[in-house]
Amino acid sequence: MTAPRTMFEKIWQRHVVVDRPDGYTLLYIDRHLMHDGSSPAYARLKARGMNLRRADRAAATPDHYVKTDHRSKDVPDPDHRRLLNDITKNCNEAGVTLFDLGDVRQGIIHVVGPEQGLSQPGLTLVCGDSHTSTHGALGALAFGIGSSEVTHVMATQCLWQRKPKSMRITVDGALHPHITGKDIILAIIAKIGAAGAVGHVMEYAGSAIRGLSMEGRLTLCNMSIEAGGRAGMVAPDDTTFQYLDGKPFAPKGANWDKAMAFWKTVPTEDGAAFDREVTLNAAEIAPMVTWGTSPEDALSISGRVPDPASAPDAGKQENMKRALEYMDLKPGTPMDGIAVDRVFIGSCTNSRIEDLRAAAAVAKGRKAKIPAWVVAGSGLVKQQAEAEGLDRIFREAGFDWREPGCSMCIGVNGDTGVLGQRIASTSNRNFIGRQGVGVRTHLVSPAMAAAAAVTGHFTDVRKLLGQDRG
Amino acid sequence: MDAFTTLKAVAVPIDQANVDTDQIIPARFLGRTRDRQVEGFFHDLRLDPNGRPREGVTLNNPAYKGAKIMVGNTNFACGSSRENAVTTMVDNGFRSFIAPSFGDIFFNNCFQNGCLPIRLPAERVARIRVILHELPGAEIAIDLAKQTVTGPDGKTDSFEVDPFRKEMLLKGADEVKITLGYESDIKRFEDKQKQEMPWL
Ligand code: SF4
Repeated sequence: MTAPRTMFEKIWQRHVVVDRPDGYTLLYIDRHLMHDGSSPAYARLKARGMNLRRADRAAATPDHYVKTDHRSKDVPDPDHRRLLNDITKNCNEAGVTLFDLGDVRQGIIHVVGPEQGLSQPGLTLVCGDSHTSTHGALGALAFGIGSSEVTHVMATQCLWQRKPKSMRITVDGALHPHITGKDIILAIIAKIGAAGAVGHVMEYAGSAIRGLSMEGRLTLCNMSIEAGGRAGMVAPDDTTFQYLDGKPFAPKGANWDKAMAFWKTVPTEDGAAFDREVTLNAAEIAPMVTWGTSPEDALSISGRVPDPASAPDAGKQENMKRALEYMDLKPGTPMDGIAVDRVFIGSCTNSRIEDLRAAAAVAKGRKAKIPAWVVAGSGLVKQQAEAEGLDRIFREAGFDWREPGCSMCIGVNGDTGVLGQRIASTSNRNFIGRQGVGVRTHLVSPAMAAAAAVTGHFTDVRKLLGQDRG
Repeated sequence: MDAFTTLKAVAVPIDQANVDTDQIIPARFLGRTRDRQVEGFFHDLRLDPNGRPREGVTLNNPAYKGAKIMVGNTNFACGSSRENAVTTMVDNGFRSFIAPSFGDIFFNNCFQNGCLPIRLPAERVARIRVILHELPGAEIAIDLAKQTVTGPDGKTDSFEVDPFRKEMLLKGADEVKITLGYESDIKRFEDKQKQEMPWL
């Protein structure tokens, strides 16, 4: 009998094209997703006189450079206009499925892939974007690659890889009300650090993970890269299968049965060994908020801004000082109550229907005290939200209801904060300058972002919603 | 791709841990053509919001002019997959990076651009950074074939590099061309997958 294998190991082995004696593997890529930043890679492919090897395995949508106040490609910046036009031209020329601006299916690639049923269990999936780890929520091995590797995949449908190590994060126990995938992943990163999973593929397991919806799992896997992980994944189960059933690119009829038979073999086998194991107690996770300039700088909303004097070494102390200076925060200040200037609800981390519902539940019947944006992750999410009346709730509460795209997560389309602004953001990176030069980003869940919007400061959403704090 | 064999050059230290690729090149420079991304290089770290050089920033110290090696800290170049982080380094003269650990994607992207990322023990890297601060303009010598780094103190360390990546760098090889040499294996895989996973 062979030793029990992890899900990652099984997917990896299934996709080996060539194993070189020097430890390098030529890995087959089942799915390749592209966005409006992929055109330099395509240009290099054409410069070699080549075409996409498997246009049928690729799909694309513009997200980074699209405006969120209108749907035209006629944006003022000539570089951005070129990128938005290139994606259409390239996809048409190459025969790649495109969800273009104006198509209700357009959105952030990591929202669109799962939503269209392109991301499936047991597949290898890549995209020239680090948050490709998102798609691991469906039990795929999904990871971000650089632009040269994108060209390589276009040309060969393969990638040279050294096999990463494996790591299991087990979160057992019951989550308190209003604790989301976002709080779980921030708690994990706070525990293991921004480099905690470098070189590893992370599998999230345990009863708290099993209990998460697909949206929650997508949020969780999305930020694997923020822990340094090569990929993040959750074993496919009934939640996964129900989610995929009926999605446009999911298998149908007899193929569905065949796929199901395979999907059920994907999860990690009992007794399989991981290179590293980490455990968290779900009951200990509170609504999280970041205080610094790395996603590892996260703590509970009931916590206080940490003191650099408490840092374990001089290097860390210096980093903390720098972070606090940039964030304009004083050690010891309670997080609950820190004034916020602006709110962003969106990004590939938190722009799915469940995220918008959670934010709307807080916004309902209240008024935003500061500018607050809601940017749905795709046209379909936006449509669904409007069908449920969420847009009305947001508008009545004074929130701005915008068109789908990456928007203020990265700000390359012009959606940025201004120097010195403090933003409560549902995105994934609180890096220096990420949302604009000198802008201070705090990462939170959608409910916590909405709570900041209606109070004008960070506030424990559980207090607002009158829930028992358990 | 340019080959990488040996390199003896000025090295510049970057002390912070978790330097992300958004610092190396802020996102607003990404949409530009490569020739206009050059100035994005550590832009907001080097310059204040008014475009004036910030004081006390190592990268602004003329003593490090002509540096081709950067010595970083833990989790160097983590975050976004933007390959522009490597290309803007290359376009600003850099060819090798030494750190205790790297963001995985940046690490891979280096090899695609003729650059050598080197992992050395954290203590040694910290020591090298201290020396580079004390002796601005000091040089480091790297020999890829021998897999050695000689610090400004004359001490030589050996480093690990994947044999596949080493060979590619030494030859300046074209990865796509190498892969195309495996066409029959790829074809065989695709035929088998067509049988096994007809829904794809
Ligand atoms: S939403 Fe943000 S993190 Fe996600 S793909 Fe867009 S820019 Fe990247």
